[in-house]
Amino acid sequence: MDFSLNFAPLAPYWPVFLLGAWLTLKMTTVAIIVGVAVGTLIAFLKRSNHRWISQACSVYIEAVRNTPFLVQIFLLYFGLASLGIHMPTFAAAVLAMIINIAAYAAEIIRAGLESVPRGQIEAAECLGLSRWRIAWHVMLQPSIERVYPALTSQFLLMMQASAMASQISAEELTAIANTVQSDTFRSLETYIVVACMYLALSLLVKLLAWGCGEYLFKRRRVIRRATMEAARRRVPSTSPYQPKTAAKAANSGSTS
Amino acid sequence: MSAIVKLDQVFKSFGANQVLKGVSFEVEKGEMIAIIGASGSGKSTALRCIDRLETVDSGTIEVCGMRVDAPDVDLHRLRQEVGIVFQGYNLFPHLSVQENIMLALRHVKQQSRAEALSVSMAVLEQVGLGNKADAYPEQLSGGQQQRVAIARSLAMAPKVMLFDEVTSALDPQLTGEVLRVMENLAAGGMTMLLVTHEMAFAKRMADRIIYMHQGTVWEVGPGEMLDHPKTPELQAFLNNGL
Amino acid sequence: MIGSFSWQHFFYLVQSIWWTLVLSGLAFLLGSIGGFAVLLARISPRRWLWMPTLIYIECVQGIPLLILLFIVYYGLSVYGFALPALVAAGLAMMVYTSAYLGDIWRGCVEAMPRPQWEAAECLSLTRWQTLRLVIIPQALRLSLPPTVGFMVQVIKMTSLASVIGFIELTRAGQIINNSIFQPFLIFSLVGAFYFVLCYPLSRWSQSMEKKLNVSNR
Repeated sequence: MDFSLNFAPLAPYWPVFLLGAWLTLKMTTVAIIVGVAVGTLIAFLKRSNHRWISQACSVYIEAVRNTPFLVQIFLLYFGLASLGIHMPTFAAAVLAMIINIAAYAAEIIRAGLESVPRGQIEAAECLGLSRWRIAWHVMLQPSIERVYPALTSQFLLMMQASAMASQISAEELTAIANTVQSDTFRSLETYIVVACMYLALSLLVKLLAWGCGEYLFKRRRVIRRATMEAARRRVPSTSPYQPKTAAKAANSGSTS
Repeated sequence: MSAIVKLDQVFKSFGANQVLKGVSFEVEKGEMIAIIGASGSGKSTALRCIDRLETVDSGTIEVCGMRVDAPDVDLHRLRQEVGIVFQGYNLFPHLSVQENIMLALRHVKQQSRAEALSVSMAVLEQVGLGNKADAYPEQLSGGQQQRVAIARSLAMAPKVMLFDEVTSALDPQLTGEVLRVMENLAAGGMTMLLVTHEMAFAKRMADRIIYMHQGTVWEVGPGEMLDHPKTPELQAFLNNGL
Repeated sequence: MIGSFSWQHFFYLVQSIWWTLVLSGLAFLLGSIGGFAVLLARISPRRWLWMPTLIYIECVQGIPLLILLFIVYYGLSVYGFALPALVAAGLAMMVYTSAYLGDIWRGCVEAMPRPQWEAAECLSLTRWQTLRLVIIPQALRLSLPPTVGFMVQVIKMTSLASVIGFIELTRAGQIINNSIFQPFLIFSLVGAFYFVLCYPLSRWSQSMEKKLNVSNR
C-alpha cells in the first residue's frame, strides 16, 4: 500500500485558495449583518400582540430550523430558477444564508429580550420613554450583550454551512477546493489544506467577534479594568489583631 | 387649595382577588405621606395605580389636575409629573450611572447632551454620589443603587414622587443613607408618598400616616397616631412589628 | 423532459427516509460513544489527555462537515479502501458528532456546582466514583435538552451524505429532480419530510428545557 502525502502540486494554487477564503468570508459577513438585522425584526414581531403575525413568525422560524440548509439552498436556487427567476449563484447563496441566520438569530435574540426583568421596563415607562426608545435602550442593548456568545457560535456555524453553497456552484472556498483537486488529482491534500484554511477563518471570525464585543460593550471593559485595579491596589488590613504581637504577648505572658 | 393627588373610591381586582376596596385619600402639595399596612393590604397597588402602572376598575384618581383613571390620559405628561422609585431599583445594567440618568433627559425632555450632563451631575451631587457618575450599577452597593434610582427620577423634575418600599431590600446600614436622601427631598418641599415599613422614619418625618387594612384606608393621622392607635387592627399591626 | 410527479416518485422519496434514519442513528450512536470518551478526556486533570482533546474539539468544530466528509471519503480511497458511501459518511459523522456531543456534555458537567465535588471529596469518594455516582447523574438531566436538540442537527446533516453519492432523502430528491425537473415541488416535499422528522424532536427538546427551568427556580 503505497501512500504519501504530497502537497507540492498545490503550491502554485495558493492565490486561488486565498481567493476562496476571501469569498467565503465576504459571503458570511454580508449574511451575518443582514441576517441579524432581519432576525432582530422578527424577534420583536414574534412578541407582537397580533396572533397572526406572531404565528407567521413561528412558522418561518420552525420551518428554517427543522430543515437542512442544503435543501433550503436547493429550494431557493433551483426552485426560483424553475419559476423563471435566475439569480447569480453568489447572491442565491447569500440570500439562503440570510434566511437561515435570521431564523436562528430571531430565536436567540427573542430569548434575550424575554430575560429583561419586567421591573426595568416599568421603570423606563415611568420615566416617560416611548415604546421604541424602551425597545432599543432598555431591551435590545442588554439582550445583545447577554446573548452575544450564542450569536457568535451561530455565526461560526453559518460560515461552515457556507461550504454547502459549493453544491450550487457558488464561488467559495469549498468549490475552489473541488476545482483544485480535480486539476491536481491530490484530493486528500487539497481538502486538508482547505480544512486548515477554514480553521484559520474560524479563528479570524472569533477574533473579530471578540473585538466587536469589546468595542460595543463598554461596560465589560470598565468592569474588568476596575477589578484589575482593585486587585493591584491590595491594601493590607488594619485590624487591631496582629498575629505576631499576639504570639509575643502570649509567650511573654507565659514566661513572666 | 386643591390637592395634588386625589384618590376617590378606587376599586381594583386582580382576577378573583379584590385588592382595593374603595380607597380614598388626598395629598396636598409639599406633604409627605407614609402609607403603612400589612402585606396584602393593597398599599403598593394603590401607589402603582397613581402612576398608572395598574389600571383601576372603578373610582377616580387625579394627579396635578389630570384624571389618571381616564382611558385617554396623557401618559407622556403624567410620567413627567410623577416620579416613582421601586424596591428593586431597576437601574439599567448596561448603562453607567450618569447614562442611566441622562437617558430620559435626552429622549423624553429632549435636552441637549450638555444640558442633560449638568442636570445629571446636579442630582447626583444632591444624593451624594457625584463621584460615581461613570460607575456601572453592578459596582455599587444596594444603598448607592437606590440613591441613583432616586436621582434618576428626581432629574425629571417631577411634582410628586412615589416610593414603593424602597428600603425593604436593604440592610440597616444602607437603609440610613437612602432615608437621609429622602429627608433632604422632603425638606426641599417635594410632595412624597411612601409605602414603607420604616415606622420610626414615618413617625418622625411624615406629615400624615395612612394605615391601610384589607384594601381600604383604615386610619389616617399624624405621626402620633402610631402611639395612640384608634382601631384594634392598627394596634395589632404595630404590635406585630410589621 | 419535464415530467410529472407520480406516486412512484413519492414512494421513492419515502423509502429514502429509511436510509436517512439509518445514517442518523448510526452517527448518533457511534458519536455518543465517542462523545463520552471525549467528555472524560476533556474533564481529566491530566494535561496529556485534555490538551489533545481540546485541540480535537476545536478542529472538528472549526471545519465544515462537508470538508470532513471529503477528507474521510478521499482519504480512505487514497489508502486503497473503496468504502461504500454509507461507511464514509458514518465515519465522518461519528467524528463530527463525538466532538460536538463531547463539548455539550462537558458544558453540562462543568455546570455542576463546585460544592457537589467538595461534598463527595469529603466523603472520600474517588474522582471516578464522584463522576459516576454524583456528577453525571445530575448532569444527565441538564444535558437532555441540548442533546435532543443536537439530534435534530444530526438528521439535518445527513443531507450532506448526498454529496458523496449516498442515497438518502436529499439525494433521492436530486435524482428525481434530474429526471422530471420540478425542483420547487420536489424540494418542498423533501423539506416537509425533514420537518416531520425533526420538528417533534425540537418540540421535545424545548419542553424538556422548560420543565428544567421551572424546576430550577
